[in-house]
Amino acid sequence: MNKTITLKRGLDLRLQGEVAPGSASKPAKTERIAIVPDDFPGFTPKIVVKPGQAVAEGESLMHDKVHTDICLVSPISGIVDEVVRGERRKVLRVTVKPDNSGRKVADKSTDDTKTILMRSGLWAMMRQRPYDIVPSPDHTPVNIFVTAFDSAPLAPDLAAAVAGRSREIEAGVKALSTLTSGKVYITTRDGENIDVPSQAQHITATGPHPSGNAGIQAAAIAPVNKGETIWTLDIVTLARIGALMLNGSTYWSTTVALTGSEVTSPRLVDTVIGTDILDIIGNISDSPSHKRIISGNVLTGVTVSTDGYLRYPYRQITVIPEGDDVDEFMGWASLSSKKMSESRSFPSKIFGRKNFAPDARLQGGRRAMIMSGVYDKVMPMDILPEYLIKAILARDIDKMEALGIYEVAPEDFALCEYVDPSKLELQKIVREGLDYLRKELE
Amino acid sequence: MLRRYLNRIKPNFMPGGKLQAFRSVFEGFETFLYTPNSTSSSGVHVHDSIDSKRVMIIVVMALMPCLFFGMYNTGYQNFLGAGITDYSWWQPLAYGFLAILPRIAVTYIVGLGIEFIVAQWRNEEIQEGFLVSGILIPLICPIETPIWMLAVATAFAVIFAKEVFGGTGFNVFNVALVTRAFLFFAYPAQMSGDKAFISANPILGLGGTVSYSDGISGATPLAQIANGNTAVVNAAGDPVSTWDAFLGLIPGSFGETSTLCILIGAAILLFTGIASWRIMLSVFAGGLFMGWIANTFMSPLYPASALTPIDQIVYGGFAFAAVFMATDPVTAARTGTGKYIYGFLVGVIAILIRVYNNGYPEGAMLAVLLMNALAPLIDYCVVQANINRRLRRSRA
Repeated sequence: MNKTITLKRGLDLRLQGEVAPGSASKPAKTERIAIVPDDFPGFTPKIVVKPGQAVAEGESLMHDKVHTDICLVSPISGIVDEVVRGERRKVLRVTVKPDNSGRKVADKSTDDTKTILMRSGLWAMMRQRPYDIVPSPDHTPVNIFVTAFDSAPLAPDLAAAVAGRSREIEAGVKALSTLTSGKVYITTRDGENIDVPSQAQHITATGPHPSGNAGIQAAAIAPVNKGETIWTLDIVTLARIGALMLNGSTYWSTTVALTGSEVTSPRLVDTVIGTDILDIIGNISDSPSHKRIISGNVLTGVTVSTDGYLRYPYRQITVIPEGDDVDEFMGWASLSSKKMSESRSFPSKIFGRKNFAPDARLQGGRRAMIMSGVYDKVMPMDILPEYLIKAILARDIDKMEALGIYEVAPEDFALCEYVDPSKLELQKIVREGLDYLRKELE
Repeated sequence: MLRRYLNRIKPNFMPGGKLQAFRSVFEGFETFLYTPNSTSSSGVHVHDSIDSKRVMIIVVMALMPCLFFGMYNTGYQNFLGAGITDYSWWQPLAYGFLAILPRIAVTYIVGLGIEFIVAQWRNEEIQEGFLVSGILIPLICPIETPIWMLAVATAFAVIFAKEVFGGTGFNVFNVALVTRAFLFFAYPAQMSGDKAFISANPILGLGGTVSYSDGISGATPLAQIANGNTAVVNAAGDPVSTWDAFLGLIPGSFGETSTLCILIGAAILLFTGIASWRIMLSVFAGGLFMGWIANTFMSPLYPASALTPIDQIVYGGFAFAAVFMATDPVTAARTGTGKYIYGFLVGVIAILIRVYNNGYPEGAMLAVLLMNALAPLIDYCVVQANINRRLRRSRA
């Protein structure tokens, strides 16, 4: 039964540097990859390799300290280059250089789906709610939500990324169905053509971003209640899980959309997850000092420098101006049509039909929460964002629970953070709130 | 060039510099002149261009029609009371400008002075909230309020209504209205009655002397009605029509007489989305509703009940309070549903006080202050509804 959800609140940012629809992707070589454990909240790394050691594709680089079966694996066969540690010996990343031998791990020691998934490295690519962390194997999810599209600014087309993989998707759904007490939901964008296997519940969604966030879809279909757990993942991860179930090993290749106003020709690049940024973008410009390279989209991505790596979820790179060299005279009074805003006090909102090239400036000073009702316009969940944020800041656990913190993830607050005239770091606040709650309650 | 000058003097204001005591002031001016180029360090990488400076400045712009009309009307009332009939259009405007200028200057100097000191003391950036309060205060006070009283009341309100709560964004009561209420209760003789609302003396050779001994009444229309006059007259003794009151050519607090100019301001606020249409709409709905009830059950005991609902809206400070006071986002209800309830009650209570308490000819100020105090309670109930919905779902 095909159900439709319509999300009215939200916002599609009109940014320059979109990849032309339907353009073909070009391959890029991979000189080095890195796996960054910080991309996987809730995962505490224990390194199991040493620099110089040879690893096969799919071989574990590190595992979780508590649930030792959950691994992060090398997406290529090669030699471990270095284990980079930061303050207090915290693992920042493990890098691997390819040897092009094509060796793959084939672990036949178990036939338990859960264990296979955890050891394959794919388990860590899923998220659970509450807490928006790598799923804990101790809890059975009441439902599993798969999103088949990415609605974020300039995001690539996920349908193209899984084109021709309907067998894998079917196998993936079959595997996940055994792990949940409820259903596997796959949500596609209205009008998009993806074969959804009959074993999954097919939902179509319409509306602006964040309609493609699995958590937003879950809130519209079956919200998380206290004491329940759900899993969220995207359709690419589902196809990888399917490939693992069919072949005993999965694939780690990915198509990355290289987007943003500072990219001269936005394009698609075929590469491997975790690849060195320079391998993907080449030499972007003469003055990289005033550019911001983001692995991901402008709302939830992470800043990486030119010596960085492609980060989870491994599908987009956005390059925008940093803006730290701009001196804008009385910007608060500006009537320039280049200022991007959702406020009708800017002419660009009233008349503009063009795409914008915003830089990374905050565009104002940090203030207390002054305006009311701003967040609600871009939050398509039955959540009162202002009150939840205040409860988190006050570390009031009862209030947080009552206001639905178990239903949210930091990414759901990304648009609130964008429109906020007080420039509060909402995603950071929510992340810290979730971590605090988990520490107190587990 | 200016940028280079700022960069040159900046080190003096940084910790260790010889002018470090003025760091907040310097930063205030620097961020006013140049949008800060600090970039996002976590979370989203792009931000909407709107910031609190722009929000505040739009409210100030929306107040401009009221300010200019207030200038004209101040001169007009003086000329009318002094019996001057032969003048060109700019003379009342110039008179009003000279009358209001020292008052605006004093509120800004006192209010911003306190803000600067507190910001420096707390080692914070200066906040923009007083940009709006500083212009609102002269607009809602009678023109004859002594300047020293304005200074005392502004200082009281900024310190005790705002800074002790933590500054802009944390105050419970609207700062401008606390100023007005402080004046109203501390100096009732100067703040109400017949002689407060018309500027009585010539300024720099402009205007004339209004001598009340000649039987001239400078009372506002609402005060006249509360005293039992059935026909409202102006300072020259001519009758005042609803149309005059709509245009604003009546005695009253400086900027709140012209419903027309207030509506222009409302249009600016609503178009830009700065003020909540929910609150504005429901205040007017509440006022019209209560005005209709009062008018339907008209009683000679309460003379103001004779006013039609439309008259209730155009006389006094009701419209100004609805558009500029009730919509203050910090002190109003913050939830969507809460805004309807809050606004409606502001409208109802304003007319309730005005009609059924003959001691106070105007109730808009007290209604907004009362609802400021009740807004958190309204929000609490709305939030509780959301919480209960979640609990029910969880049990089901």
